[in-house]
Amino acid sequence: MGITILLLYVGAFLGAFFAVKYITQIFFSRVDYTSLKTVTFGDESAVKANRVASVLSVITILLLWVAFTNSTLPLPKAPAPFEGTVEFTYTAKAPDGATDDANVTIIVYREDISQTLDENGEPGQIPTTPEIEPGDGFAKNDATVVPRYGYKVISVRGNDDVSRRDGSEIVAINGQPIQPGEAIRLPEGDVGLTDKGTPFFEPATGQRMQRLYLPAPEVATERLGDLFVEGYRNFTLIEHTWISLQRVILGFFFGTLLGVPLGYAMGLTNWARGWFDPIVEFMRPVPPLALIPLMIIWFGIGEQSKVILLFLAALWIMAIAARSGVSGVAITKVHAAYSLGASKWQILRKVIIPNSLPEIFTGARVAMGVCWGTVVAAELVAAERGLGMMIMVASKFQLTDIVIVGIILIGVIGFAIDVGIRQLEKFLVPWKGRI
Amino acid sequence: MSELLIDNISMRFDLPNGGHVQALKNVTLDIKSGELMSVLGPSGCGKTTLLNIVAGFLAPTEGTITLDGDRVVGPSPERGMVFQQGALFEWMSVRENVSFGPDMKGMSRKESAGTVDHLLEVVGLKDFKEKAVYELSGGMQQRVALARCLANEPDVILMDEPLGALDALTREKMQSLVLDLWKETGKTIILITHSVEEALLLGERLLVMAPRPGRVHKEYRLPFADLGVGNDLREVKKHPDYNNTREEILEMIWNMEEEIMGRTEENA
Repeated sequence: MGITILLLYVGAFLGAFFAVKYITQIFFSRVDYTSLKTVTFGDESAVKANRVASVLSVITILLLWVAFTNSTLPLPKAPAPFEGTVEFTYTAKAPDGATDDANVTIIVYREDISQTLDENGEPGQIPTTPEIEPGDGFAKNDATVVPRYGYKVISVRGNDDVSRRDGSEIVAINGQPIQPGEAIRLPEGDVGLTDKGTPFFEPATGQRMQRLYLPAPEVATERLGDLFVEGYRNFTLIEHTWISLQRVILGFFFGTLLGVPLGYAMGLTNWARGWFDPIVEFMRPVPPLALIPLMIIWFGIGEQSKVILLFLAALWIMAIAARSGVSGVAITKVHAAYSLGASKWQILRKVIIPNSLPEIFTGARVAMGVCWGTVVAAELVAAERGLGMMIMVASKFQLTDIVIVGIILIGVIGFAIDVGIRQLEKFLVPWKGRI
Repeated sequence: MSELLIDNISMRFDLPNGGHVQALKNVTLDIKSGELMSVLGPSGCGKTTLLNIVAGFLAPTEGTITLDGDRVVGPSPERGMVFQQGALFEWMSVRENVSFGPDMKGMSRKESAGTVDHLLEVVGLKDFKEKAVYELSGGMQQRVALARCLANEPDVILMDEPLGALDALTREKMQSLVLDLWKETGKTIILITHSVEEALLLGERLLVMAPRPGRVHKEYRLPFADLGVGNDLREVKKHPDYNNTREEILEMIWNMEEEIMGRTEENA
């Protein structure tokens, strides 16, 4: 299945490329400067993200998601797993050489039936084994139920007049002769004999993923609504999200509050640079995740330990950003300011701080990214609230839809934070990249 | 008025490899108020070092500098600087850049508004007052730098290749502007340049420095700066002495460069 999806994806990538190229050529031929460039391969300035491709990319992923899950959306689908009633016949042979046929009726039901709701809003029930006529002869008819993607060994001879203990053997399925360890393929699934000669049935799985691995998009969407309204583990989605964000904001705030002055000190005096250099250079490559155990030992599993962890994650990044911001001040600017009568304090406020803003914003983007990643990881380890905790606990109960919703939300929020900082930077540092 | 005395300045410092550099040796100059002195020399002759010492950014190992009898020990608004480029504050508008000096003194925007407006008009940037400096061309940025320096009313203006990064046409216009400003304000100006033409046109006094150790090689008194005030500089270049002096100085610097090259090859 993985190969199928990969091939489809590559096909969509190439197919859409040629289709869009063709359509653009016919309907939207625009002659701008870039379109007249003959050398584009290797000219970075001629490469611009094709937004049509971006949209199609997202649509492709959604379509693949629909196609390879048990979605009910009316879109192209991969072959479905078998669901419904299937029958097969087995031929039993008694020790005296007599044979008899009997039917086996199997109901294949949705594996996620208990997670679905019927028209009354009640959770779905696993169907009961149907009552069937035993039939004549020494081999009796059987019935059972099995979930989709399941596998079931059926002791068909349990109710026969000549049972397995009496020496009965199964010699054919649907009239085809069969040995133990062999199987025959029906459209509904595989019927075969175990090594000990007992029949089993494995319903056809089709090409779709079961809900446990990947829920359909509409299931995830529905879960998103539920999480908004009802929440999960006593807190709504907003509350989970907000607590995670709050931890990040607090940690980042204190990290910046201390890290930026620390970086300035390191950029402005020999002594501070020498003093803090070993600490900063040592702490910088330590991944914040490695500090989680220590933070839990020192500060417990409450808010404090998480905020301190995020504070530490942001601190070194911001200190290094501020330090390189100071080092990046052109000496002529500082000289000019001194010649214009500025004091040290005025130099710091009017020259060094504004000049280091671009570096600080770059640092802030990195720090926020790291903090956001770290908070989720910290919540995976121990928390009562938060998006990380939500997906961790949900995974233990096999609620893959919550896990998927959580992951998507974490990604979207991380992206939104980055965009937000970039916008703020554009507003506060309009000269960046223009000098 | 203000007299700038450079009294027997030497500068020598150690290198990490145990050697040392004699950047300047026994430089003595007496610069009268209102003089425009241009300084030429091959690279490594210590002209920028000399300027930085006069500005107060570097301390000489021997000798003293006094301005109006006060010894120079650090940067001060009496000695304004104009740099080659990149010394403007991008986070400030043109007006804020020009009023930086008065702001540092604690003058209110109202008090400095007259000076700032006047200077922006003089340098021809009246309409660009609220623009961001990174929106301006290189020549306009140097006009801002000039105005910013003048707004502080320094006694001496030190220019470190202020027109070095400009294209030839802009440079010519800016040379006229520097001359006009010099005549109008009567400031003492020390101008460091790589261009012999610029040094000739702008310097009523022209100093040629020699390298290793950095020292004064020859001094000229030239008429071209005065001729150039309010005139087309291209006309000045037709002056009979202009070409002769230019050739003489070029020859001088050329020989110095040759000597350096020779010495470097011997060492290698």
